[in-house]
Amino acid sequence: MSEQLYWEDIEVGSEITPLAKIATTQMLVRWAGASGDFNPLHYDSAYVASVGLGQVIIHGALKRQWLIQLMTDWIGEQGFLKKFSCQYGAMDYPRHMKSISEPQDGETWYCRGKVTKKYVDGTLHLVDCKISLENGKGEITTSGRATVILPSKSV
Amino acid sequence: MIPEEIKKLIGTGGAVKYYAVEKGAVRRFAEAVDDTNPLFQDEEYARKSKYGTIIAPPGFFGWPLKQTRGSPLAVDIPPELEAAFEKAGYPLSLVLDGGMEYEFFLPVKAGDVLSAVTTVRNLRERSGEGGSIIVSFLDTVYHNQAGAMVAKQQLMFVRRSLNSPSQEAGHV
Repeated sequence: MSEQLYWEDIEVGSEITPLAKIATTQMLVRWAGASGDFNPLHYDSAYVASVGLGQVIIHGALKRQWLIQLMTDWIGEQGFLKKFSCQYGAMDYPRHMKSISEPQDGETWYCRGKVTKKYVDGTLHLVDCKISLENGKGEITTSGRATVILPSKSV
Repeated sequence: MIPEEIKKLIGTGGAVKYYAVEKGAVRRFAEAVDDTNPLFQDEEYARKSKYGTIIAPPGFFGWPLKQTRGSPLAVDIPPELEAAFEKAGYPLSLVLDGGMEYEFFLPVKAGDVLSAVTTVRNLRERSGEGGSIIVSFLDTVYHNQAGAMVAKQQLMFVRRSLNSPSQEAGHV
């Protein structure tokens, strides 16, 4: 894990350390098992075609969890994710597998965020952020907000 | 118009469900995301952390203690609401995840047993050309075994009627 981030280290406009993600069909199967979402839209091509979609789609909840990781990676062990929200704007499609463990070449997603507000409430040092998930074309397919509590150097 | 048998369920819910937060399940969840944070999977590391034990990534609340034969989706839709949607022609196959809001109060720790209560807070209709779309707002409150509130969640999910255009909701 990287060095602990402190409330004093950031300003309004500060960028959250971006998080790169590669979704594969294999990851979607792992996510299905780990989250309990067994909608065949996320792993069964024939089913997907039967409902008029082109290819299997990434679970919205997986994209949500990527954005949560963006925040927990950034705030470190001493930080606390207080509020989080996200909404889905467009579908995303995973890479297929090249081998049993390697994905094909293709899209890489980036979770990004920026600090929109920095404030103190009682003893809590808080930061509000705007966050988003960008697909390989640079389009935002999921967006949201987060509020985190950070440790302060002054306490 | 939201069918009356669905609309009347606003404000209902309230059956308590229990979730066990097992460390193996926490690790699997983190692995599924390719999240290598040692707080979620390295017992030795976690023991020395301020938490003293493995914690779950925010958003993971464990698995139901009592396995119920229910939805093949992770979404915990109250059975009465699910039945009403099916009956009114909004099948589960046309469900879309509309988004989520969380407020966290305490970390969820490995070994916790959480209780969860879900309420149908609101239902909103968005009319499309070929049919109707209903957005449900489900509120869930989680408490741990010590009775302390750990999180509140608001899930939005979208149901389309059988004759609505498939792409209209535009998100998944």
